[in-house]
Amino acid sequence: MALADKYKALTDAATTAGIADLAVREQDGILYIDGTAADGATKDHLWEVYNQIDPNFTSGDLVLNVNVAIDAAVTHAKVITESSNLNIRKGPGTDQPIVGKAAHGEVITLVNRSNDLWWLVRTNDGEEGYCYAQYLEAQA
Amino acid sequence: MKTTKLLMSMVIATTLFFVGCKPNDAAIQAAIQAKEAAGITVAVAKGEVTLTGEVDDEATKAKAEEIAKAEKGVKAVINNLTVKPADVPVVIAEDSALIKNVADATKDFPTVKAEVKDGVILLTGEIKKASLITLMQHLSALKPKKIDNKLTIK
Repeated sequence: MALADKYKALTDAATTAGIADLAVREQDGILYIDGTAADGATKDHLWEVYNQIDPNFTSGDLVLNVNVAIDAAVTHAKVITESSNLNIRKGPGTDQPIVGKAAHGEVITLVNRSNDLWWLVRTNDGEEGYCYAQYLEAQA
Repeated sequence: MKTTKLLMSMVIATTLFFVGCKPNDAAIQAAIQAKEAAGITVAVAKGEVTLTGEVDDEATKAKAEEIAKAEKGVKAVINNLTVKPADVPVVIAEDSALIKNVADATKDFPTVKAEVKDGVILLTGEIKKASLITLMQHLSALKPKKIDNKLTIK
């Protein structure tokens, strides 16, 4: 369980942060940490701890899959791209044609989140399509 | 004289009462602790037992409470035992899904080249330090077996 020791600071931080459904398993020399964080700041904090233990994530011995919990009642999301517009596509995938764009920082309507990676959204102009969920932050 | 004797006996009685109370808790604690499984901590205060620690399942938790309740002199049992969550199996995405999802995730990182084989994502090319954490977050959500990061950090 050397990996569990190496990443103890991370699992401790996850426990302290109250990560829901926290699961830590070692399999074939890789440690898998899954769970759900209450908010984006908690998730980012865990990634900072991870980066301290394994600078620039070069070891390849951990898969940290912590998602941010979203209340089912949430209906809007903010575009959190670095600076560019976010593509809205006809279907879930970058191979799908672009049907519209949402501006960086714009708050758009969430229509359906049944796909974890691609959320169906509607802009204020009424354009509807799929956006990459990692660039959307659910609005409380 | 009589009053003094009475007072004395009262003092002795009181002392005995208090002294008598303390080892009682300690004795209960020792008796229960000896019967409980490893990992369970027993604390007793005035006949009230508190169980703490982590056990494997609900049945063990309930049994620990029964053991404590059965002990003579126990007035109440506070069962603060927690049940260890069952290990969720590691889910690793199929290559076909992973290849598509990795292509989507890396699209906005044109200097990064990603290859998928047997669940392992091999990253080559270069990336800005500030973007690395975002890329790693995106890829880790895709349920890969491993992320082999050979990126040059700019």
